[in-house]
Amino acid sequence: MQPTDIKNPEYFHKVVDCQYACPAHTPVPEYIRLISQEKYTEAYMINWESNVFPGVLGRTCDRPCEPACRRGRIEEEPVAICRLKRVAADNKGEVKPFMPQGPFSFNGKKIALVGGGPASLTVARDLAPLGYEIHLFDEQFKGGGFMRSQIPSFRLPESVLDEEVNYILDLGIHTHFNHFVHSMEELLSQDYDAVFVGTGAPKGRDLPDLPGRNEGAKKIHIGINWLANVAFEHTTNIGKKVIVLGGGNTAMDCCRTSRRLGGEFVKVVVRSPYSEMKASPWEKEDAMHEDIPIVDNHVPIEFVVKDGVLKGLNFEKVTPIFENGKRKLVPTGEPLVFIEADDVLIAIGQENSFPWIERSAGIDFDKWGMPVVDTLTHASSHPKVFFGGDSAWGPKNVITAVAHGHQAAISMDLFCRNLPLTQRPSPFVNLVSQKMGLHEWAYESDVVNDVRYTVAQADKKITLSNRKTEVELGFTKHEGCKEAERCLNCDIQTVFVEDKCIECDACVDICPTTCITFIDNAEEDELRQLLNMPALNTSQDLYVSAPLKTKRVMVKDEDVCLHCGLCAERCPTSAWDMHKFLYEVTKAG
Amino acid sequence: MTFIKPKFRHPDLPTNKLGYTLSYYEGALSTLCAGCGHDSISAAIIQSAFEMNIEPHKLAKLSGIGCSSKTPAYFLSNSHGFNSVHGRMPSVATGANMANKDLIYLGVSGDGDTASIGMGQFVHVIRRNLKMIYIVMNNGCYGLTKGQDSATADNGSISKSGIVNQFQAIDLCGLAIELGATFVAQSFSGDKKQLIPLIKAGMAHNGFAFINVISPCVTFNNNKGSTKSYDFVRDHLEATGTFDFVPEMEEITTNYESGEKHAIKLHDGSLLQFNKLDNEWDPLDRFSAMKAVHQAREKNEIITGLLYLNQKAMDLHELVNTCDRPLNTLKKEDLCPGNGVLAVINAGLR
Repeated sequence: MQPTDIKNPEYFHKVVDCQYACPAHTPVPEYIRLISQEKYTEAYMINWESNVFPGVLGRTCDRPCEPACRRGRIEEEPVAICRLKRVAADNKGEVKPFMPQGPFSFNGKKIALVGGGPASLTVARDLAPLGYEIHLFDEQFKGGGFMRSQIPSFRLPESVLDEEVNYILDLGIHTHFNHFVHSMEELLSQDYDAVFVGTGAPKGRDLPDLPGRNEGAKKIHIGINWLANVAFEHTTNIGKKVIVLGGGNTAMDCCRTSRRLGGEFVKVVVRSPYSEMKASPWEKEDAMHEDIPIVDNHVPIEFVVKDGVLKGLNFEKVTPIFENGKRKLVPTGEPLVFIEADDVLIAIGQENSFPWIERSAGIDFDKWGMPVVDTLTHASSHPKVFFGGDSAWGPKNVITAVAHGHQAAISMDLFCRNLPLTQRPSPFVNLVSQKMGLHEWAYESDVVNDVRYTVAQADKKITLSNRKTEVELGFTKHEGCKEAERCLNCDIQTVFVEDKCIECDACVDICPTTCITFIDNAEEDELRQLLNMPALNTSQDLYVSAPLKTKRVMVKDEDVCLHCGLCAERCPTSAWDMHKFLYEVTKAG
Repeated sequence: MTFIKPKFRHPDLPTNKLGYTLSYYEGALSTLCAGCGHDSISAAIIQSAFEMNIEPHKLAKLSGIGCSSKTPAYFLSNSHGFNSVHGRMPSVATGANMANKDLIYLGVSGDGDTASIGMGQFVHVIRRNLKMIYIVMNNGCYGLTKGQDSATADNGSISKSGIVNQFQAIDLCGLAIELGATFVAQSFSGDKKQLIPLIKAGMAHNGFAFINVISPCVTFNNNKGSTKSYDFVRDHLEATGTFDFVPEMEEITTNYESGEKHAIKLHDGSLLQFNKLDNEWDPLDRFSAMKAVHQAREKNEIITGLLYLNQKAMDLHELVNTCDRPLNTLKKEDLCPGNGVLAVINAGLR
């Protein structure tokens, strides 16, 4: 193998599994360390810089970081990264002084943002301090987009959302609420230098062809529309018996909201097996904790309507069969199953919808009605128009929308400055030794053996009686510190310098997880097998040195390295050292 | 500051025949200097005990005084241990072995503990062919007292303070062969590939197994001009041929070209396989082994590997003809024939 090029920032970035997995590449270990030191304000600001909505995401994020967490590879559970973010948000002090302070001097450029969700707000936050005049349009009376209309208040209190939306709007954004943009052409005819479309995926999927759909229409609702109506208090109650169709997170929000609006017998019915449901495991658990059974392998066949009144649904039982690596749902042949319902919520997915963009506006759409958007620059075929969030490539999540917002903001800034969109700024990278003394490091190198802490919930009696009472209580400060200490500090990198090594084997002997091997070089496949512990997780890199004096090379398997620093501590010549690696995605400007 | 080794181990660590992972054979975190050769030898001992499927309670580790003699704290935490008086490890080992011959005795000593204060004990334990493995972690200096030359420091070797050693070195391997040790080997802490099979073979040997391991002292004797530094040893290493230890149970599948193959069956049925042996030298022949040691010394080379093996000699228990059962298991009924027998004997003398 060729020696590893550690000067390429992407090598060490990949070692920080959580940060690498995060769409916005938030420096996770950095803020977790600050939480363990009770520096909540600083931890909040690191998050705010990167993911813009720490309080929101600390409650609602899809957590792509947690399945990636190294801790999950050496023991059962990853670090509770998401809920630690909330600890920072809950306990922070005054943060406004650390944010950009307006008014900013006008740079002569005007930007329109369509939609007031996380993607648009991120663009606004990145561009406002650069002097852009930003106009934000949203059909609702407040900003936040789907974070407001679809995430129920018992998961995300309105006050938290308002606070973080306002941090952005207070940067001097011109808001046009209660304003639905009807025409892209009209918008383009105005004097905006660039337009950002962050209108989400606003159209909930329906089951229009199911018998009884029209007859029972009064009691059959589209999940996301119904949630929005609840959020904006147009809907305040629901029948006692409720069926929620679908297995995603929206279905979980629908069923739990139903329980709070009068639903006593709420069931989630899903086509696929339980294990294949799209909802996050913790959301399924929370639903079941609220006495909501999840009925899997049931395909809806017809709405049963008698005398104009919805009575329930008939389902066909299916069983999953795997053929040629593909899963098929095959009817079991049993008689149809009837489940009673006063109301049915359809939460089987959502789609993009751009009725307001004229096909003559100069924006290309593909055959599925999706805009053609460049994956790097977020530019559409119209030079002035950029897309981000769910509206670009379909429904994802808040953190992805934020990541899109950052990239689109970079492109829009480049565009307004007449620079090529492909001239992306390099990340900000810093690598600095943590050595303080013979056995002293600037970070807590001890690896604690605690198992993951669980977040306490408020009493079910109280939370089910009030839609706005938050269910999760969040970690206490003490629990937050304890959970933060479970972090393995993967951003503290093991850096190896060949010409200092005397090949004494001290690092090999001490390494708790047998990561290091001195060996004759070979091709990667062969080398992986020959190490002291074979490196079978090919998603993790091997760190290979240049040839040493004995012609062997040092090979370190990054897979289960604990970043405990013992290799560096036992190294007599400092050939190993622990360096803190900071990687920040550079923002616009 | 780290005093604790994390408890997490590689999740896929293999187990041996007893169902233990390597971590079961580990000890406390070493307090020796970073990069000490002794730690590598500890690691080799851990690996050997794991691979030999040794039940930890069937092994006793004994040591004297010195950096080397601290190491039993850093391996085999679940085994018996005795840290004895300086240079007196052989007598304690002899006593323990006499009392219970069922254990494996692993003695760890240093160049000071063996070649200076313990020399008297060392030569006599060789003479008696006590069944034990005796490892000297030889760094050529007194590391615990800031690196004065020891009795194994080579003539002409330069110390860290720049002083050239005027005295002749004691060659422990040469001495051991001279005194009739039945298993004599030399190795290097930085070469686990060779050291681990040697330790395993030493544990299987029926008699006194001596391994002199050159183990650089990174703090006081790893300077230029020292003949026990990592660089010097690597440059002057002359392996006597690669070889492997094959336990009795395993089928031997390796095929060597004729003339290159050389296998020795050990007392317990396990095999030592050599490969590419020097034609001039036969590890079963004491004269040839002594010649090889002398030649290496002349050529300024460090000869490593199994230097000499004598399987015919009887170990101490055979020599003094003890009973089959370990002495510590003999009860009063076994040892005292009773009044009746005494009366008969007395009567016979009247």
